[in-house]
Amino acid sequence: MALTKEQIAQRIAKEVKDGYYVNLGIGIPTLVANFVREDIDIDFQSENGVLGMGPFPFEGEEDPDLINAGKQTITTLPGASFFDSAMSFSMIRGQHVDLTILGAMEVSQNGDIANWKIPGKMVKGMGGAMDLVASAENIIVAMMHTNRAGESKLLKECSLPLTGVNCVKKIVSNLAVLEIVNGSFKLLERAPGVSVDEIKEATEGNLIIEGDIPEMQL
Amino acid sequence: MINKTVSGVQEACQGIKDKMTFMLGGFGLSGIPENSIAELVRLNVMDVTCISNNAGVDNFGLGQLLQKKQIKKMISSYVGENAEFERQMLSGELEVELIPQGTLAQRCQAAQSGIPAFYTPAGYGTEVAEGKESREYHGKMHILEKAFEADFAFVKAWKGDVAGNLVFKGSARNFNPNMCGAAKITVAEVEELLPVGVLDPNQIHIPGIFVQRIFQGEKYEKRIEQLTVRKRV
Repeated sequence: MALTKEQIAQRIAKEVKDGYYVNLGIGIPTLVANFVREDIDIDFQSENGVLGMGPFPFEGEEDPDLINAGKQTITTLPGASFFDSAMSFSMIRGQHVDLTILGAMEVSQNGDIANWKIPGKMVKGMGGAMDLVASAENIIVAMMHTNRAGESKLLKECSLPLTGVNCVKKIVSNLAVLEIVNGSFKLLERAPGVSVDEIKEATEGNLIIEGDIPEMQL
Repeated sequence: MINKTVSGVQEACQGIKDKMTFMLGGFGLSGIPENSIAELVRLNVMDVTCISNNAGVDNFGLGQLLQKKQIKKMISSYVGENAEFERQMLSGELEVELIPQGTLAQRCQAAQSGIPAFYTPAGYGTEVAEGKESREYHGKMHILEKAFEADFAFVKAWKGDVAGNLVFKGSARNFNPNMCGAAKITVAEVEELLPVGVLDPNQIHIPGIFVQRIFQGEKYEKRIEQLTVRKRV
């Protein structure tokens, strides 16, 4: 069975290590926070100026002066800090943030990512995504392997306007975990019950398959 | 002590003309200069360029200026939370320049700091890089981005004193400190205007030297864009 969005988040949560500062994008990445092990110490960074982001507030305790990058009301945890937007992107561009998790419309086999613009449709903007992908050393993309028409979103070359080039390192899709290696998608893990052939079928870009591919542990 | 106090928003906005370029602080609707925006609507200043991370919602924030078609051009990183914006953008009435959020912040910061331009990796290899100089540093490509040039910066702080010193609250800080001193005139509106000597100099986020005019806003609606809460167990 292909993974649900929650299961994609659950699998990505295993990549979050003790001591990491983590920036989560909007959508599936936001769900990752729900699955991170409780015995490790991490801090979530929100690019609008919060480090040490906590869960949503209890009803009646929301504060309009305390939101995340998705403009949702949030809380802070002990040890949190606030800062301005320039400093926030100093953290990001300066590679002080250890892990960036974001969604994608398309990824190419050399690690290009497209996630901000569909020509002809209303363009909302890139927000902080271009800064994040240009600088982060450790980027994991959370995405569906194919679009609604069943076409692959893991391509030889992106067809949509790019957000960044040669930047994606790892992809967790509803079908597989893959790594970008020497201009190809290297298959690392399969979703439970999904065959290597199904993944081949759903991947347009070069796919490297070496030995037996284990099933993901969630 | 140099006194930066003005009598209110009307005096703070003296000298504002059509076709000017404004910087406006805020992220979403959090930390926006509500009183200054209301005055810009009242003044009916036209054909302005607004540098602001977002463009408000239909009836609040910069959305109010959009409703009256006062904005000629928006420079933002993320827009389209309002229908009127979308309509004007698609019809070509409104010019929109979308730039990466960190680049937006740094172009404000550069203007504040007297740095005319800087290299950033953000946007290299994308349409954001079109027409811009690029250069390799430390084995990685970067593009040249320029400091903004603006006539007025409108910022909102939590507390301020008559010397123009500012303290921000929570994530309402966002772009506000970076825009202080980044335009010819910086107008700061605060929830609470204090005499000098009350704010601890150790706790001041923006020194008054970056602010030309300060006033206490008449009221703050502080609208929440996405209310998210959890249930008590």
